[in-house]
Amino acid sequence: MSKHHVTTVINGDPVEFLCQPNTSLLDVLRNELNMTGTKEGCGTGDCGSCSVTLDGRLVCSCLVLGVEAQGKEIQTIEGMANGETLHVLQRKFLEHAALQCGICTPGFLIAARSLLERNNNPTEEEVRFWLAGNLCRCTGYNNIITAVLEAAREMRGA
Amino acid sequence: MLTNTKDIQQVMKVVGTSPVRPDGVPKVTGQAQYGADYSLPGMLWAKILRSPHAHARILSVDTSKALALPGVKGIILGSDFPEHPFDYVGPERVAQNYWHMTRNIMAREKALFEGHAIAAVAATTAAIAAEAVSLIEVQYEVLPHCIDVEDAMKPDAPLLFEDMITRGVEPAPTKPSNISKRLEFSTGDIAAGFASADEVVEMSFKTAAVHQGYIEPHSCLARYGADGQCELWSASQGHFVVRAYTAKLVGMEIGNLLVHPAEIGGGFGGKTVVYVEPMAVLLSRKTGLPVKIMMGREDVFKSTGPTSGSSMTVKIGVKKDGTIVAAEGLFKFQAGAFPGSPVMNATMCAFAPYIIPNVKSVGFDVVSNRPKSAAYRAPGSPISAFAVESVLDVLAKKIGMDPLKMRLKNAVKAGSPTAWGPKHSHDGYAETIQALLDHPQYNKPLGKNQGRGVASGFWFNGGGESTASVHINEDGTVVIATGSMDVGGSRASMALMAAETLGVPYESVRSTVADTASIGYNHVTGGSRVTYATGIAVVEACNKVIEDLRLRASLMWDTDIKNVVWSDGYAKPVDPSVGNFEPLSLKAIAAKRGVTGGPIGYEASTNAGGQAPGFSTQFVDVEVDPETGHVKILQFVAAQDVGRAIHRDYCAGQIVGGVVQGIGWALNEEYIYDSKGRLSNAGFLDYRIPVASDLPMIEAILVEVPNPSHPFGVKGVGEANIVPPMAAIANAIENAVGRRMTELPMSPPRVLAAIDAG
Repeated sequence: MSKHHVTTVINGDPVEFLCQPNTSLLDVLRNELNMTGTKEGCGTGDCGSCSVTLDGRLVCSCLVLGVEAQGKEIQTIEGMANGETLHVLQRKFLEHAALQCGICTPGFLIAARSLLERNNNPTEEEVRFWLAGNLCRCTGYNNIITAVLEAAREMRGA
Repeated sequence: MLTNTKDIQQVMKVVGTSPVRPDGVPKVTGQAQYGADYSLPGMLWAKILRSPHAHARILSVDTSKALALPGVKGIILGSDFPEHPFDYVGPERVAQNYWHMTRNIMAREKALFEGHAIAAVAATTAAIAAEAVSLIEVQYEVLPHCIDVEDAMKPDAPLLFEDMITRGVEPAPTKPSNISKRLEFSTGDIAAGFASADEVVEMSFKTAAVHQGYIEPHSCLARYGADGQCELWSASQGHFVVRAYTAKLVGMEIGNLLVHPAEIGGGFGGKTVVYVEPMAVLLSRKTGLPVKIMMGREDVFKSTGPTSGSSMTVKIGVKKDGTIVAAEGLFKFQAGAFPGSPVMNATMCAFAPYIIPNVKSVGFDVVSNRPKSAAYRAPGSPISAFAVESVLDVLAKKIGMDPLKMRLKNAVKAGSPTAWGPKHSHDGYAETIQALLDHPQYNKPLGKNQGRGVASGFWFNGGGESTASVHINEDGTVVIATGSMDVGGSRASMALMAAETLGVPYESVRSTVADTASIGYNHVTGGSRVTYATGIAVVEACNKVIEDLRLRASLMWDTDIKNVVWSDGYAKPVDPSVGNFEPLSLKAIAAKRGVTGGPIGYEASTNAGGQAPGFSTQFVDVEVDPETGHVKILQFVAAQDVGRAIHRDYCAGQIVGGVVQGIGWALNEEYIYDSKGRLSNAGFLDYRIPVASDLPMIEAILVEVPNPSHPFGVKGVGEANIVPPMAAIANAIENAVGRRMTELPMSPPRVLAAIDAG
């Protein structure tokens, strides 16, 4: 199979890559572009560890083909902090011990940011349902939910 | 010796706080490198061919077409690994048999479960490796299989091993069977005990095999050199144990294998063993190139360790006043395709929380055509506790006693007997029960279809071998290193204990996990042992540093070391008669290290005993939907004796995490097989672990009854929390709708069937 040439924007920077037509965006990010912050937990869209946004839409990058990124804008965990300044969600995850092993953390952060972009004042139940597509086996979710609610509160200036 | 919580709290400055972990920022920015995140120039990818059959003789394997595929660099089979004598080595509770282990890594004579590795291919790309796997031709003779433990124990069951004679039976059976081992722990006179009881309840239970469900699949990268030296990057719960297993299975000296600790994306016991590491090393040796292996999720479910499913019968007798007089248990555990279920733990832990004069606890370790079981959080204890704590609930109802008060009446304390011999050495259980009795919600009225259940659990906790080093930098900052993998915040707890011991700020301590060439041996991060045992090593190394700091201060003051004390991070004269010296800070002493003896650093090793068990008592409120059988968790309160919380939030996090795994075990999770012995739900869609919307906030109560064997009073905190939830939820369902569930999971169809059965 010959490779396709794909032009895209990742975390604000222009990026070009070659990929097979059946290669997932997740494998492109991890294995072609060496952006290993996006994790593979299942490869079937069930765990949310590979969450990224594609033109602002939250997706599992294991269910998106690399070639589908043509002309689109991708946001990954590597673009979440602003230089040395962590995103509020990243800081709240640390302050509230919202990670134990941390493998699911990039996916949760991307998904949570996507929620807060749409709803800056979610209820606990709204956070729980929005994040129901992201699996965490360590924390029991308590501290993740708290961190997201606290981040929302700080971002609202409440 | 520390005697109570208040004594400790008054002197602690940083222990018991919840600072941000040293490894936090890399983990929220995607920079932390887990098992699959390492690559090397010229690296090959390996893929694994797995058996499609539950049980089959391997007649032939033809790799010629696969080898001919351009890009394929090497293929290995089970026969490429060295053979091992058939021998059980190590303490019985954790005995290993390398004859079995090498066959679990890769099949030889037979494939013993669906997903059993047959061959592995290394190629220049993952796609080529996958294509090559499909070109390997295997001739199988498909054999009859058995899945369920009761079926596997039948006299006419298909045998996994034609020469397996049950161990632990005298005289030894003459016929082979799938029963690997029988074991028994007894005390007192069981018949007389039951004869003296006012109420006796006997019930049978079944539990399903469940997977640890770590989100990170097993992954590793190996580079084997022409000089026989190998480096391995692996995500595990213990890189020293990965080194030992891998070296032995591949047939190389331990000194030639260096294992780097990749960050671990969850383990819960399942990453205390090796699967892909020996394959990667062997393929790298064969090809002369680095080799990377990443399991897929289906492979993880089909070929790595779930914990056992079981069949159990438990009988308990009590007096009218709630005194337990006799208890008998029969525990049959699926080991998977090779011996080694946690049934011994289960038979020991089953009645461990209670003072019972007459006990008989019998276990069977049984092989069947499933993946070999691996450790899962307090292995064995949650399974037997489901049966025991359910029966206790029935008895409490029969005699009209509050279930917590009945447990309190029989709770073990220091000096209480165990069924297996040594007496209990620690309090802590009664305190967890009392914490729930004192909880404002425990007597809160419930609504329609709602119920409350309680249960308790016991886990041994571990000690064992650990090493730590502490170095003082020239600016007075501190570097500590251990060889204990950080699965959930142990870098932070190590730094807290070092900071407290040295009397320096937490922020001045950098805490790392070192590779196998850079620090002495550390056993796995398992058995809730790290904060205890590795913590002792850290504190001992810090104490050596303090001795040295006192010596250097004495040199700077031209006085004897006995005239110098170390207090709050400063060297101080023991009294004014020594001289009018300003206290010397760590920084001030470090700045003079060149003229006082050179670098300041020490290593300490321990083989820690004195660990204290974990006890947890929990109550749960549920609501059962009578139309669907769905069970909703309304409230969950878990009290656990942690001895001393070093990092308070991470202690609570362990409790909440364990409880939620228990909720999944109770309500959703199970291995489902079809009639051909193939796993039907090898993915997170159909093997459903709890998600955020399933749950309320779980309340963790940290009970602190210090362990005098640890400098800060630590008891292990990681495991006891998963022991009670299954029984607590079963008891709550009974309380809600009057149906006693005796089989896990208590999924909606099963609960609905129980309701409809009337």
